[in-house]
Amino acid sequence: MSLALALSGCAKGTGGGARPAGGVTYDPSATFHGTLSIMGFGTGDEIGKVRADRAEAALGGMDVKLAEGDLDIQQFLSSVAAGSAPDLVYANRDQIGTFASRGAIVPLTDCVKGEGVDTTMFDQNALAQVTFGGAVYAIPEFNQVQITMADSSLLDKAGLTIADVNGSSWESLSAAATKLLQAPGGKLKVIGFDSKLPEFLPLWAKANGADLLSADGKTAQLNSPQVVKALEFAVGLYTAQGGFAKVKAARDSADFFGKGNQFAKHELGAMPMEQWYVNVLNDVSPEATLAFDTFRTPRGEPIAYSSGSAWAVPKGAKNPQAACRFAKTMTLVESWKAAAEARVAKRKQDGKPFTGILTANDRADEEIRKMVTSGGRPWDSGVQAMYEANDHTFSLPANPADNEFKTAWQDAVNRVLNGQEKPQQALDRAQRDAQAALDKAWAEWADKKTN
Amino acid sequence: MSLAREHANRLPRRRSTRWIETRAALLFISPWLIGLLVFTAWPIINSAYLSLTDYDVINDPSFVGFDNYVTLFEDPKVGLAIRNTFLFAVMSVPAHLVVSLALALLLNSAAKATGFFRTAFFLPKMTPPVAIGVLLVMLFNGQSGLVNGALGLVGIDGPAWTTDPGWVKPGLVLMSLWTVGASVIIILAALRGVPQELYDSALVDGAGWWRRTLRITVPMISPTLFFLFIVDTINALQSFTEAYTAFFGAGNTTYSNDAALFYAIYLFRQAFEFLHMGYASALAWLLFVIIMVITAVQILVTRRYVHYEGGQS
Repeated sequence: MSLALALSGCAKGTGGGARPAGGVTYDPSATFHGTLSIMGFGTGDEIGKVRADRAEAALGGMDVKLAEGDLDIQQFLSSVAAGSAPDLVYANRDQIGTFASRGAIVPLTDCVKGEGVDTTMFDQNALAQVTFGGAVYAIPEFNQVQITMADSSLLDKAGLTIADVNGSSWESLSAAATKLLQAPGGKLKVIGFDSKLPEFLPLWAKANGADLLSADGKTAQLNSPQVVKALEFAVGLYTAQGGFAKVKAARDSADFFGKGNQFAKHELGAMPMEQWYVNVLNDVSPEATLAFDTFRTPRGEPIAYSSGSAWAVPKGAKNPQAACRFAKTMTLVESWKAAAEARVAKRKQDGKPFTGILTANDRADEEIRKMVTSGGRPWDSGVQAMYEANDHTFSLPANPADNEFKTAWQDAVNRVLNGQEKPQQALDRAQRDAQAALDKAWAEWADKKTN
Repeated sequence: MSLAREHANRLPRRRSTRWIETRAALLFISPWLIGLLVFTAWPIINSAYLSLTDYDVINDPSFVGFDNYVTLFEDPKVGLAIRNTFLFAVMSVPAHLVVSLALALLLNSAAKATGFFRTAFFLPKMTPPVAIGVLLVMLFNGQSGLVNGALGLVGIDGPAWTTDPGWVKPGLVLMSLWTVGASVIIILAALRGVPQELYDSALVDGAGWWRRTLRITVPMISPTLFFLFIVDTINALQSFTEAYTAFFGAGNTTYSNDAALFYAIYLFRQAFEFLHMGYASALAWLLFVIIMVITAVQILVTRRYVHYEGGQS
């Protein structure tokens, strides 16, 4: 590893902050030749393939070379530093602030203007996640949101409804978790409610009225009383069920993506989960007895923490104009519709319903929602919950120390879950770590801007 | 006189032959030499320089003097990572040696099918470390894992190996025994080299198996045990993949456990997740110094217990 570390140092930086690629003209009628290299994107299913085909056609004769698989950050940054950057990268939206602050990607201001990208059509939370220092650095796509998923037969047996487990009353939720729990002889057979910690702390905190990070992305708010209370409550749900260790052991032993999933085997009462899991359940266990709703605040309002992907142009990209065209075409309403049509056809062929796609493009979402086909109960309610959640999202703003910020709060939650610290103590420490990382990263960004 | 002249004439020729041979030798080992210089020596020197800089891969390194080293001594996670790593090494190295020796002794006394058993013991060593990390999570699952299942058969309620901070390291140590095969083979080779007449003499003197093992076998294979002691210690101090996979990697994208935060894992996270290459380089150099010191202490302390047939080298 030391060797890898040392070798990484051999690719010296190219210096400078994030400045627009000077002298690049964007012309929506231009055609391109040569090869467009893309890192971090694979066409995968029909949603990716149909759009990628259209985007390639829009280049007018340029070949597209894909480096498939998740974006390898080290590989990407080394390539930028070595002056051999790809033309386009496909990244998680929460990585954009870090890339932008280090000058690894360029602002898309000229691209958006020159190619006529209509940014008003994007989900505003998604757009905020890719906007850094007042400039748009990436074009967003896809939205992941959480909804409440529950085993309706277990709910019925316990005399409960989905409203008892959707978060709208924390008192009811606590009671429901223990009612649904089955642990004969101390061995956990049915998890009553899985709060899905540590990953969903932002959701619990927001439901309790707190953001983990200030709107400008500069101030951590990890130890605010609302966050502490939210963590205490969500961890308390595990404690009431015998502790996180037991719940995690049961969760880890489940066949999450297969026919033997927790809902199919009636081993889980309810949990908040991302919407894509509805499709998994529909595919592998269409007969499962399920109930869906949005996840709700204690005031009863739907809420979801959104995340997704984005297209960004690296510094030093040889074909920024073509990259811009490709990203624009991938996220056009027409492209999404064409992809959705292909998905509808495939689902029809498989005898399954089309449950919609969340594109991070409001207009595309509207169009695609009209194409949704009924899967009957309970799947239709899942789709309805998904779209409702998509209308009530929040996200963390772009910041230059996203990974360290995320690690700080996740480590804090883990220390609480592992019984090493109390919530207040863990979040106080996380606050110090996160704020130090943010201060350092913002200061470096300010230095770059002034130099 | 003429002989002296002839000898004098031969000297330059001999020197020239030696030079030709040296050049040929250098030419033949040049691929390795170039590899050593480019892929080992230069990165080592460069990492020493990077440890004195603030470097994020993209932008030029900026010189910060010894700031990274100062930060390192103030960083509580460095202390935690060192503690975790030492504890793991203290538990895993003796466990490895004892288990390897026991298995090798068993194999050595097996009359039949030793080839089969040698292969069988070595095969787990071929398992990719990432797979071992995944296996750990499955085998040591507190609810449905085989380990707790086996403990349950004898009436023991097994611990939460993968979440309880007190049991995470013992779990990792037990799992690391999966790969003792290579050490077993090395010890077995050493056992085969112990002269039979020593055992025969001891038998005549009435020494039992235990006495023969302690008084003949262990001293005679002590250089091998010493070698494994040093190598296993270095490996334990650099332990990474299994713990990272089980507690920080793809299998646990958000869940992690401080008890498994080994030094190399912390170094990796600083370098490749947070892009603090300068700081990570300083961490790498500290690890290098720690390993050097520990190895030197091990050599000094254990030298007197190692028996070399040809005398102390």
